Amino acid sequence: MIRVQDSLAYYYSAGKAYNAGLPTLVFIHGAQNDHSVWSLQSRYFAYHGVNVLAVDLPGHGRSHGPALTSIEAGARWLIELLDAVGVQQASLIGHSMGSLIALDAARQHPTRVTRLALLGNAYPMKVADALLVMARDDEPAAIDMVNSWSHLHNTQRTANPGFNLQGSAKRLMRRMSEINPAQLFFTDFSACNNYQQGEAATTELNLQQLPVLFVVAQQDRMTPGKSSAKLRAAVTHARVVEIQHCGHSMMTEQPDAVLAALRGFFKS
Amino acid sequence: MSTSEPPGFDTLSLHAGSAPDPTTGARATPIYFSSSFVFDDSDHAASLFNMERAGHVYSRISNPTNAVLEERIAALEGGVAGLAVASGQAALHVGISTIAGAGSHIVASRALYGGSQNLLAYTLKRFGIDTTFVDPRDLDAWRAAIRPNTKVLFAETLGNPGLDVLNIPAVAELAHEHYLPLMLDSTFTTPYLLRPFDHGADVLFHSATKFLCGHGTAIGGLLVDGGRFDWQKAYDSSGRFAELCEPYEGFHGMVFSEESSVAAFALRARREGVRDFGACMSPHNAFAILQGMETLSLRMDKHVANTRKVIEFLLAHPAVESVSYPELDSHPDYELAKNLLPKGCGAVFTFVLKGNRAAGAKLVESLQIFSHLANVGDAKSLIIHPASTTHFRVPAEQLTASGITEGTLRLSIGLENVDDLIADLSQGLKTALKGV
Repeated sequence: MIRVQDSLAYYYSAGKAYNAGLPTLVFIHGAQNDHSVWSLQSRYFAYHGVNVLAVDLPGHGRSHGPALTSIEAGARWLIELLDAVGVQQASLIGHSMGSLIALDAARQHPTRVTRLALLGNAYPMKVADALLVMARDDEPAAIDMVNSWSHLHNTQRTANPGFNLQGSAKRLMRRMSEINPAQLFFTDFSACNNYQQGEAATTELNLQQLPVLFVVAQQDRMTPGKSSAKLRAAVTHARVVEIQHCGHSMMTEQPDAVLAALRGFFKS
Repeated sequence: MSTSEPPGFDTLSLHAGSAPDPTTGARATPIYFSSSFVFDDSDHAASLFNMERAGHVYSRISNPTNAVLEERIAALEGGVAGLAVASGQAALHVGISTIAGAGSHIVASRALYGGSQNLLAYTLKRFGIDTTFVDPRDLDAWRAAIRPNTKVLFAETLGNPGLDVLNIPAVAELAHEHYLPLMLDSTFTTPYLLRPFDHGADVLFHSATKFLCGHGTAIGGLLVDGGRFDWQKAYDSSGRFAELCEPYEGFHGMVFSEESSVAAFALRARREGVRDFGACMSPHNAFAILQGMETLSLRMDKHVANTRKVIEFLLAHPAVESVSYPELDSHPDYELAKNLLPKGCGAVFTFVLKGNRAAGAKLVESLQIFSHLANVGDAKSLIIHPASTTHFRVPAEQLTASGITEGTLRLSIGLENVDDLIADLSQGLKTALKGV
């Protein structure tokens, strides 16, 4: 745990101490989730020559404090976390809401970011009114609906032996509700819904000639591939990898394909 | 299967965790009868061993056929992960040893299957794990037995032999007040009749040999992590569960609760429990259990329907002194059963025959459809007379303390035509009464 903005913040590093001599990858989870959604990618990189900081955003998982109410605030918090750890530059990998935070961190502090990997991205990331209301008024129902929409099949087999893929995802979101009962899902969704700095971020990315990877899941119904098309087209150094047979929860649905996409991007 | 509605029980029974085989197109889950699995390259091998990537290495730890079974039971129970092991007894052992070691303490119901009783009372004690047994209906006794070194509360959903219905919500609440998990043996009820996680339980296991397999063939156990218990919070609050919340030397300093926020228990159970104790399930057995689970609801409905009719017959028979089944208003848990087990209280029950040990033995010997053996949950009907078999050397007064009399018989009602079962019992009771 480390102190950021007067609250304790947690990041997973596979038990390894930060090494200033190694490059750093920062993993940023999506709405109503925590660092553990990245377990099959973050641990790999931590054992392959890089520092890994898989964060729990404020109000999520082990990080204290209320959830941040805007993407911009999340990006500021992330940069302050890098300051606290002593990281000058890092590559940022974000999923869904986390992809917007990564994007905005690059907008606010383009020289601190070496590469961006945006998974399950959409811009604008508009959340349907009905889902927003459900998240506000009936969080468990919103969790059930989002999980169903985030997976390719609701009886599918997982790559991780013995795990009930959708059951685990749902349980993690419910754990977040137990830890933070203050309308976390609604807060996260509202932050996504209100974010409007995508164009400004694109300008900064292009000025810095920052390489950006978009990972798109073929059957993503939460953030379909077309919902990031405009942003992708505006980024000069964009690369796109499409994951086959996969929904929005791509890190657990197709962990090896996501890992391969990230490895390819960071090797190049 | 991509609607927003969650699939129903029967759909999960048939499909959860499985898909047509990607290589051959086989629709049934293939039996992957292979001890080990080829690595792509050295880096792939190293990353699989270090849990950096998901996949199969060696069938003691995981196997593709077993994985389907594990995912299916986890889905049916509403848990986060399952673990297939060699037997129900192995599931209990792995479940306990994942969070308890020398110096630990368990509070357990005294109404347990004999094998569980032996493991807790004698074998684990030899390894420094003590158990206090309590009346499962006595909440004050559960509370009073909890010590600073207690690691888990353990009971059966339906106790042995009196079918005590565990008040899962109440015992779970008590456990959680003390930052303790509730672990249950759910063998008699199966997820079709009762889903303990919905009522507050945290970990459960099945002897899959019984109703899940359903045909008296494969021996197997299934351990399921409900994913609801917050091990880290319990560790922070009580200091318990360093096994899951501190670096584990046996796996490169892994902190299981950091690796998985909701499935730390399942991770350690696999990465230590089956890895080191080795009580793995054969994929053949996993296949047999999967076949059974495909028809679980159909079978359980008929098991229960047949049981109700047999009980109705026995209650009216002059040779029968009493019948113990929670759906009868004479049972102490009648009201609780209506709440927790609305689909039925299973197919195993006891009745007391008028007469002595000889009458019970005579009945068992004279039955033609019921098989005399020490199992339950078979498609075929079974009977055993504890006083002349499992408890043969136990004096009458000790039998009474265990809830067993000389005339107690335990039935496991199968799927035969119920009229044939009743006719068999009718002629058997007639013979038994003549013989004493």
